[in-house]
Amino acid sequence: MTLFLLSIMVFLGGQVLPGNVGRAILGPFADQRAVDALNHTLGVDRPLLAQYWGWISNFVQGDMGTSYIFRSPVAPFVIDALGNSMKLAAVAFVLVVPIGILGGVVAALNLNRPLDRIISLGGLSVTVLPEFVTGIILILIFGVWLRWLPISAAWPRDAGFFTQLYYLILPSLPLFLVLFGYIARMARSGMIEALDSDYTRTAVLKGLPWRTVIWRHVLRNALLPTITVIATQTGYLIGGLVVIETLFRYQGIGSLIFTAARGKDFPMLESGILTIGIVYAVATLVADFLYSVLNPRIRLGSDQ
Amino acid sequence: MTNSAKAENALEVTDLSVAYRVAGRNRAVLRNLSLTIGQGEAYGLVGESGCGKSTVALTVVRYLPRNGSITGGTISLDGQNVMKLDAEALRRARAESVSMVYQDPGKALNPSIRVGRQLTEIFELGGISGQAATDRAIAMLNRVRISDPMSVMQRYPHQLSGGMQQRVAIAMALANDPSMLILDEPTTGLDATVEAEVLNLIAQLRQELSASILFISHNLAVVSNMCDRVGVLYAGMLVEEGPTEVVFNDPRHPYTVALLRCLPRGGQRKDQGRLDTIPGFLPGIGADIKGCAFADRCALADDRCRSELPPLYDLGGRLSRCFHHDKAQALPRATPSDVAPVPRAAAAPVLRVTGLNKTYASHGHALRAVKDVSLDLRPGETLGLVGESGSGKTTFARLLLGLVPPDAGGTIELEGKALAPRLENRSDDQIKAMQIVFQNPDSALNRSHSIRHLIGRALKRLAGLSGKALEARLNDLVRSVRLTDRHLAVKPRQLSGGLKQRVAIARAFAGDPRIVVCDEPTSALDVSVQAAILNLLADLQSKEDVSYIFISHDLAVVRYLSDKIAVLYLGRIMELGPSEEVFSGPHHPYTEALLSAVPKLDQTETARIRLDGEIPSATNPPSGCVFHTRCPRKIGPICEQQEPPLSEAQPGHSIRCHIPYAELARLQRAAVTEPA
Amino acid sequence: MSTIQTTSSTPDDTRPRGPLAEVFFSLLRSRTFLVGFSIVLFWVACALFGEHFAPYDPLADDIINALAPPSSEHWFGTDQIGRDVFSRVIVGSRDILTVAPLATLLATVAGTALGLVTGYFRGLVDDVVSRILEAFMAIPVVIVALLAIVALGTSKTTVIVVIGLSFAPIIARTVRSAVLAERELDYVAAAQLRHESALHTMFVEILPNVIPPILVETTVRLGYAIFAVATLSFMGFGIQPPSPDWGLSISNNYGMIGGGFWWTVLFDALAIASLVIGVNLAADGVHGALND
Repeated sequence: MTLFLLSIMVFLGGQVLPGNVGRAILGPFADQRAVDALNHTLGVDRPLLAQYWGWISNFVQGDMGTSYIFRSPVAPFVIDALGNSMKLAAVAFVLVVPIGILGGVVAALNLNRPLDRIISLGGLSVTVLPEFVTGIILILIFGVWLRWLPISAAWPRDAGFFTQLYYLILPSLPLFLVLFGYIARMARSGMIEALDSDYTRTAVLKGLPWRTVIWRHVLRNALLPTITVIATQTGYLIGGLVVIETLFRYQGIGSLIFTAARGKDFPMLESGILTIGIVYAVATLVADFLYSVLNPRIRLGSDQ
Repeated sequence: MTNSAKAENALEVTDLSVAYRVAGRNRAVLRNLSLTIGQGEAYGLVGESGCGKSTVALTVVRYLPRNGSITGGTISLDGQNVMKLDAEALRRARAESVSMVYQDPGKALNPSIRVGRQLTEIFELGGISGQAATDRAIAMLNRVRISDPMSVMQRYPHQLSGGMQQRVAIAMALANDPSMLILDEPTTGLDATVEAEVLNLIAQLRQELSASILFISHNLAVVSNMCDRVGVLYAGMLVEEGPTEVVFNDPRHPYTVALLRCLPRGGQRKDQGRLDTIPGFLPGIGADIKGCAFADRCALADDRCRSELPPLYDLGGRLSRCFHHDKAQALPRATPSDVAPVPRAAAAPVLRVTGLNKTYASHGHALRAVKDVSLDLRPGETLGLVGESGSGKTTFARLLLGLVPPDAGGTIELEGKALAPRLENRSDDQIKAMQIVFQNPDSALNRSHSIRHLIGRALKRLAGLSGKALEARLNDLVRSVRLTDRHLAVKPRQLSGGLKQRVAIARAFAGDPRIVVCDEPTSALDVSVQAAILNLLADLQSKEDVSYIFISHDLAVVRYLSDKIAVLYLGRIMELGPSEEVFSGPHHPYTEALLSAVPKLDQTETARIRLDGEIPSATNPPSGCVFHTRCPRKIGPICEQQEPPLSEAQPGHSIRCHIPYAELARLQRAAVTEPA
Repeated sequence: MSTIQTTSSTPDDTRPRGPLAEVFFSLLRSRTFLVGFSIVLFWVACALFGEHFAPYDPLADDIINALAPPSSEHWFGTDQIGRDVFSRVIVGSRDILTVAPLATLLATVAGTALGLVTGYFRGLVDDVVSRILEAFMAIPVVIVALLAIVALGTSKTTVIVVIGLSFAPIIARTVRSAVLAERELDYVAAAQLRHESALHTMFVEILPNVIPPILVETTVRLGYAIFAVATLSFMGFGIQPPSPDWGLSISNNYGMIGGGFWWTVLFDALAIASLVIGVNLAADGVHGALND
């Protein structure tokens, strides 16, 4: 449902709002006949509904249309780019989920002590910085001054796994920072709520060791909401990819969309965005599934 | 500290002071509190909200909120000084010698761990694991009278009813065979019938186990039934202590005296006199108290009371912190008892309901929230609605008001004219004629608006007033609910619960209503405040000739205010009749059970009629008589097959039961249950 | 281990300060808020009066002195056409500090209205609008903006409208959930029992009670609006040259950092960082003060 609406919006945004596509591509001085001819080739002179139907039914079958710029099918570009982006996102994700959760948990266990203040305020500060700002600063520090890491993510041809990883560290760091504060914050507030709960009191008053109380009784309930948040963050993560991939000259879905946008390559642009929508929807589904698996109240419903 | 095998006392609290730090200031909640609980003794701690009851419990187990600190005194559990224990020793003490059960068992159990696991982990602490731990857990659940422990072990807490959850919590508390069991409002929030079961269970377990009990409750009757000795807490101080029966029958502190007078007791009714009240307010937490904490509210207080803290006088096995303990019972009434008799002319009914139904759709099933309800109400009369939660009381009220539309078919007539089912289609006159006082004034009063705005807006919309006339009526109305001008400028949150409820009452009376629905109007309030609100409602009724539909789970309160009672069960009227007849019986077996479930102050021994099992689901009500699954007086297959009609047993008194009236009378004479 | 609050424990006290004044005073006590607010104030002052104390004209080129490293003459060095970086940083907040707040304002107004209507009416209206908002939120703001700006062309107004409208659903969601909670409260039923109109109930009864979450969400969104405007400018879709805007400057110069011309981007980056952190610290303070 959400995807359907999204596809309509993308369609409207990409094909209707710009008005005359042929004119937009060929520029204001092109011959009107050439514009009409191009519009006809592109099929944008058909009725809207027909255009939408053609576009979406092709998309579902894996045909994402033909790029205006490259004059070749969009699909391979999108799939390649998506793969690259996934690599980058995976590195960031694998780093940030455990560290973010750990940060939040540690902060909550040291509530209102200096360590908590540092993690909370530090997390808040890095989370709100635009990726290109942290990116630039990190490039300056690690790429230009210390020369520890390459400043471009474009690894040499035939690079192995570890080389690729090496090239991906710097670009993934800004994404890491943005997500870290967010996840840590959620984990922290979930922990505080769980620590304040009656069931934690019950567990403590049973005489269970503190370690058991935390591991068995607190963590699971505390981190449930964080799981949902992590999934919704995939959307923002992809938004961040647009910037990071541009900054680090990396061939991912973000830079694909960016390039398409600059070149007014609408089929490419629409397919890219719709792909992102699908990734987001899948991530949300996975999160819902995980959440219900971990939460017996949803899994089993109530007998009452 | 002695560390003998068994100390003389299970708990000794000496000179305990506790403070909470709020807005940078330490505010005292407990002031030099001392109490002792002997081995095997059950000690009750009573007091109104904010007096520090729960803080005592949390301090004993050293689990104060983050901003709480012990500012003085010692606590010794079984001869062991709790204050001096390091983390590990404290953990051991919690594991081995003290347990606690508190209010709201739904929150006390971990929602994501199976009940069985939550039990076995306690045995694992004692080195018992695997099958042995499981066996012990099953034995423990059996002990708290859970009939099917194997299946309960496999469940998550949310799959159990409130009563079952509290049983599980009690089982967990008793699993380590503690020497000290702390029960903090363990039955508050449960239905009366469930409360009765849980209290019964605790009483039985007391016989079987050796644990001493600290029982904390705001409910004097519950404590009087459960405890050997009782302490009365006021503003963090012990004001009176002694054997339960002695304290409640012969109180020696004016506060205890006043508190007991606030309760409607022994079947007291509004036309027999007003309840007594306690003037003024509880001192706030951390208030600077010179002299006796109760002096401001006490008619016996003199200059000495106001300047000098009275000591705890030892009156031979009992204590009282009052200079005038000898004349405490001569405390003058704060509210005169006398009421002007109201001449009641027989008039046409103001409200007539016929065949009212409400069905909700719930997961594809039809849920009959209200089924075929017919009744009428005369001017100046109060109809009391009683029944357990889920019986349809509140839904019925909302149907009358038009907040939810009823199923097609039934009719509601107001002064002879049919009311539209939906609120939007009722006329302004009809709207103002029927108003409501909600249970929770915090929810009912818009917190963004001043009291003047809240009442003024109602006058404008309901009475159609404006300008000078509105101003004048506003002042009248405010005075009639005994608020003053200075209350008008403030927002609701600056008022106490009782004052807020007065504002809500004023608002309901703005348009000179014919009927006011009172939906548990006092259940969020302390007893002293409750008495004042009940008096106010009774006064307004005799003055304005208004009718009430009064919903409450507190039968004594319902009885005080009602002329007529309707007993609801699963959306059906089981019994309908004049208040006195319904209460004194013969009555429906369900009514009988409800009455029997109420803990009473005036007697400790009751032959309780226990209701077995849970309230059935309204989506799938039992066949035949809906009460047959729990009925203690079930007579046979007819109860399961045929739904009895609501038939008139006496003029004006109807009962929905297969047992004939005369037979009910005979059965119930045999097991006389005293009125509440 | 929660904390015990003693609100209105002395029931009858008529407080000298109203709730708003109380929030104000607790803001003044919050160090987080004060630090954040000072930073924001500093940049607002620079935007307003910066040109008077900037040593050079931020737009004047000086090709001979292009790409000069920081020195006593040019504290932050010069960029590729010799413009003084220090002067440009000082006045670089001008555009972002008009565009971002306006976008936030638009988002707040639209989001509040949407949230009130969907939360109050529930049912079909709510379902339909919520679905649309959800779809909106499935794509990152930067990409929504990209799509819209490509379609509509670049201008400050477009940026404001695009960011405003893409944030509106987020604010609407916050308002809606607050309204849904309020709607369950009995004062709404009491209003119905006075035959109040839906408009009265929404705006006079419910709205005042949902102001605190709106306020918090607005301050947080302001931070994100700055984030988004800066990012769009960096991508070339936001503020357009020759504005000395920070994001735009970084976009123009970051290609050269491999060559060691770090001063052309570092100071702009730090400026953005300080502004965004400032706004968010202030927002955190507001959040704390309203949830005390």
